This record gives sequence, C-alpha cells and structure tokens, in this order.
Amino acid sequence: MSDMEETEGHAGSGVPAAPHRVIGTPPPSPRLLGPNALAEGGDGTGEVAEADDAQHIVGLPPDDPRVIVHAKRVERIVAACFTLAFIAGCGFIAAYVGLGVHTVDKTLRSNLALGTSLSVALLALGLGALLWVRHLMPDVEVVEERHELRSEEKDRKAFQEYFKQGTANSQFVKRPLVRRTLMLGTLPLLAAPVVLLRDMGPLPGTSLRHTVWSPGRRLLVYGTNQPLTPAEFSAPGESITIVPEGYTEDLDALAKATVTLIKFRPGELDIPTRTAGGTLIGTMNWTVDNIVAYSRICTHVGCPVGLYEQTTHHLLCPCHQSTFDASTGATVIFGPAPRPLPQLPMTVDSQGYLVARSDFTQPVGPSFWERG
Amino acid sequence: MSWINARRRRPVAGYAALLLGLVVVALLYGSLTRQGGTAQASAPPASQQDITVGKDLFDASCSSCHGLDAQGTSQAPSLVGAGAAAVYFQMSTGRMPAKEVGAENERKPVTFTDQQIYQIADYVASLGGGPAIPTAEQVSTEGANTALGQQLFSANCSQCHGFAGAGGALTYGKDAPPLTQSTPTQIYTAMLTGPESMPVFSDGALSPSAKRDIIAYITQTRVEPNPGGVSLGRTGPITEGLVIWLGGLGFLVLIAMWITVKRRDPRPTGTE
Repeated sequence: MSDMEETEGHAGSGVPAAPHRVIGTPPPSPRLLGPNALAEGGDGTGEVAEADDAQHIVGLPPDDPRVIVHAKRVERIVAACFTLAFIAGCGFIAAYVGLGVHTVDKTLRSNLALGTSLSVALLALGLGALLWVRHLMPDVEVVEERHELRSEEKDRKAFQEYFKQGTANSQFVKRPLVRRTLMLGTLPLLAAPVVLLRDMGPLPGTSLRHTVWSPGRRLLVYGTNQPLTPAEFSAPGESITIVPEGYTEDLDALAKATVTLIKFRPGELDIPTRTAGGTLIGTMNWTVDNIVAYSRICTHVGCPVGLYEQTTHHLLCPCHQSTFDASTGATVIFGPAPRPLPQLPMTVDSQGYLVARSDFTQPVGPSFWERG
Repeated sequence: MSWINARRRRPVAGYAALLLGLVVVALLYGSLTRQGGTAQASAPPASQQDITVGKDLFDASCSSCHGLDAQGTSQAPSLVGAGAAAVYFQMSTGRMPAKEVGAENERKPVTFTDQQIYQIADYVASLGGGPAIPTAEQVSTEGANTALGQQLFSANCSQCHGFAGAGGALTYGKDAPPLTQSTPTQIYTAMLTGPESMPVFSDGALSPSAKRDIIAYITQTRVEPNPGGVSLGRTGPITEGLVIWLGGLGFLVLIAMWITVKRRDPRPTGTE
C-alpha cells in the first residue's frame, strides 16, 4: 500500500501548486491522498482515520466544539430539506388527485400546482443531498483500483467446459431436425422489420419533379384568393405571395407550388436565357410586363424564401441566409443554396389575368438523390 | 473602497462580479430596445395655400437632398410621383428629414407638426400622382377579419417583421423595424409606398380591406396576453435564447461551481 503511494506520488508531487485560484476551484489543501498528505499529517494513522467524521475543516480538530456545532446545524438543515421534499411530494399527489383539468382555468391551476410541488420536492431532495455530501460526509478523495478485465485462465477453461457440456446436454448438435426447424421458425420474425419498414409509405415516384401548376392555371393572391392582372400588379417594387388556382387550401400542393411574384421597373429585370440538360429553365419570355414569378421554396433545404428587398432586389431565405438576385433570374449570390430559384413560366389568359404557361421546368426545392 | 478591499478576495466576490456582469449586459440590452409613441392622423383636404406653405417648408428642410423641385439629386431620389402617403410615412415616423444619407433611416422623434407634414405631403402630391394619405375610415379596424390578416401577415410580412411584428434582420446589416409603435395610418402608408427595402403592396394586389385586416392583426397582437409572463419583446427564439444563455445557463454554471467548490472554514458563531 505504502509502496504504491510512493510510486504514484512522484507524478503528483511534480506539479507545482498554482499561485492563483480560479473562481470555483478548491483552495490548495494539504489533505489530499498521497505521500504529501501523509508527510504533513505526520501522525501515521493515514487518511481514513483522519476523515472519519465531519472534522476535516482546515485547521480544526474533529472534536472541536465548533465543528460539532456546525455538523449539528447542517444535519438539521438537511433533515428540513428532506422533510420539505416529503411535504411537497404529498402536495403533488394531493394536487393531482384534488385539482380537476376539465376547463382551461382548472388546467392552468393544476399545471401550476403540479409543477411547483414537483420542482420543490426534487430541488429540496437535491439540496439536502448536496449539503449532506458537502458538510457531513468525509472530504477525502477515494482511489479504487481497477481489476484486470481478463478472467483468470482457470475460470476461462471452466466456462468452456461448462458450455460444451451444456451444448451436449441440450442435444442441439445431435438433433438436426430440432435445430433446423428452430431456425426456420424464427426466420419470419427476423424478416418482419423489412416488411414493416416498407410500409412507411410509397416511394415518391415522379412527384418531386412536378407541382400542380399547369398551362392556364391562374395565379391567386394567397389569403384573399383573387386573380391578378398585370395592371393590378403595376407598382414597381411590388411583391406578393401567390398560390395556384384550385389548390388554395391544399397544403400538400402548396408546399411545392407556392410562388413569389415580383414587379420590376422597366429595364431592371434581366433574366438570361438558361438551359439545364436541354430544358429551358429561365428566360425573359416567361415574364409579363416586368413581372416575374419564382418558386418560393429554397433550393437549399426548402424553407420559404419570402424576404424581398425592393431596393437591392435580393431575395433572402431566413433559414440559412441564402441570397438570390431576383433581377437576374434568382441567381445565388450568397449562402448555401446550390441553384437559382426555379422560374415559373407565366403569361396572361384571354381575360388578362396572370396564368402559368406550364409547370416549372425543373424540380422545385432542395436537391434529392435522383434529381440529376 | 476599504469595504470593497476587505471583501474582494472572498469566494463570494467572484460570483458577485459574474452576477454584476450579467445584470449589466441585461440592462444594456434592455436599454437598446426601442420605444416611444405616436399619434393618430387623418389628412385634411389640400388647398392651394397648403401647397404653397408646403413648398416653402420643403425648400427649407428637404431640398438640400431631394433638389429644389423635388426632382432628386445624386444623394436622394426624386419625389415626383412619390405621393402624399410616402411623405406622411417618412415624416410622421421621424425618418425624414434624415440625419445622414444611407439605405436606412431609423424611427426618431418628429420635428414637424402634423399640419406641416400634411402641407409638405400636399406639395409633393401636387407634383404628380402617387398614393394619397388614407382617411381615418380607411385605416379603421372596425369589423376587420383578423384571422385573414394573420394569414396575409404570415405570408407577406413576417419574413422581415417577425410573426408578431417585432422586427428582424435583413441583408448586409439592414433591418426591418418593429411595428410596435406604428399607427394604423403609418402601417397603411408603408404598405402603399414600400419605404426603403420594403416591397410595395398596392391596392391592386392587396385590397384596402386586406390592408385593414393586416392592421387589425398587428394591433391585436400588441394587446394579446403573454401566457409565459414576460413577452421579451415578442421577438421569439432570439431573445428567449439570449435570456436562456445569459440568465439560465449562467445560473446553472454558478450552481455547478457552487456544487463542486471545496468547503471553506465554516466560521462558526462565537469566533472572530
């Protein structure tokens, strides 16, 4: 025992004592384990004997009357905490049984009573335990040696014998019919998760590539559901949220089909003609009277890109600050979005209302595995 | 000082300093949030005399940036066609006259009387077109559909102004102001004219009745009770997160430090 402490002590005694204390760190104490503590203790009884009661207050012997008074006082406080926890716990049960929850007011009262009593009970228990540990229990560090993880050779041999004997007794090897039918019997249960996972829903198919926009479908103002003519949407710097006619209440459809409509001053809007894989994805021909329609779904992870600054023509996604330049085809000028916002082909119908020329010509929203 | 010197090395002093720092940060944050109040308005009909007086006021206070005939300069845009509503919004919120040339002007105390603002608005309107200042009936929220207002606000306004109109950040350091002090007329004229970075919401796309619904939602939100107690400016996760980080986490750190700290001399009664 003393040999071990000697060898361990070299590492510990090599560390110089820090001159300054950080807030919350313990003050330098001579009563740590190890040769230093023993040397300074000097009484040869060892650390356990020193720490057998609430006496390890720096500089005071265990039988000092002040130490005894202090311990007595702490004992009472701890007991009071535990008693409080008991009362609050009883209060919790009483509140649960006694307070109804059938109206909003009653539920509020019940929640308040339950939460207060439970938190008081738990906090009182915790506080009591804490005071107990800090003021009554011995203030020494205890070292517990790890034992070797590997079992002894004798035990390992014995276990092997035991296992072999058990196998022989069970006749698992001797009776292949039983063994194989057992394996057969468990097979369906092992395969069951595959079937259950498969039932989580149909594969998306081509639904990620299409929205409900179709040729001639009118653009309606979200909320009021009114169609728009270019004349009604004529103030430069205008921007409004648009939903497809016929799907104004269909949230599944709107999750992909919602559109931002923006009006520009003449000459400000300049969308270069772009193609992707032979498909036209952006052109001035899809705008009407300097009005352009972009998908509102961010190409990064699908947040609604709604923040439009009419002075800079920036469209900003609030989730990850992807910024698109609306005047040049919603090209990405900042942030993690990988592609411009898809442009909705637009024209006017015979009554002069803004309508879709077709569906989006590329999948809207974030990338997906098969997008290509 | 000797009182502090005698106690500054006590273990409690460290916690006290930390607590003091947290309180100072909280107070600073609180003092930096804006506040104030404004009046309700209804524009009187314009007369030729109003326009003349307005022109004089304009020449004295506005023309140095916007030009003598409001035709604009390299520093500020032309106001021809801007309309009375734009003048009303900019001047009644104190944004104009601006302190300095920039992309954004903050709300500040108004230095003009309502009558002077209307006269300047009349003058600018006389230069040609632009949206007029709405009447008190036009901005009245009597019988407005607050639920539709919320729907419209969520879709078109909340990206910048936040779900409860507490304001939010835009790009490159700009910000959308909180709507907590805006009068119904100011909200209406802001939608009509699209000041600064804000898009325009003309009557064609957002009918006057829809605008009143939105105003009803904004004003209704202000008087909603706060079930959690303190509203924290209704700015949602940002302030709540700040409070949790500074207050909650700080408190937990103090608790953790207290739990792990070694016990000191108990100083029992009767000593010292």
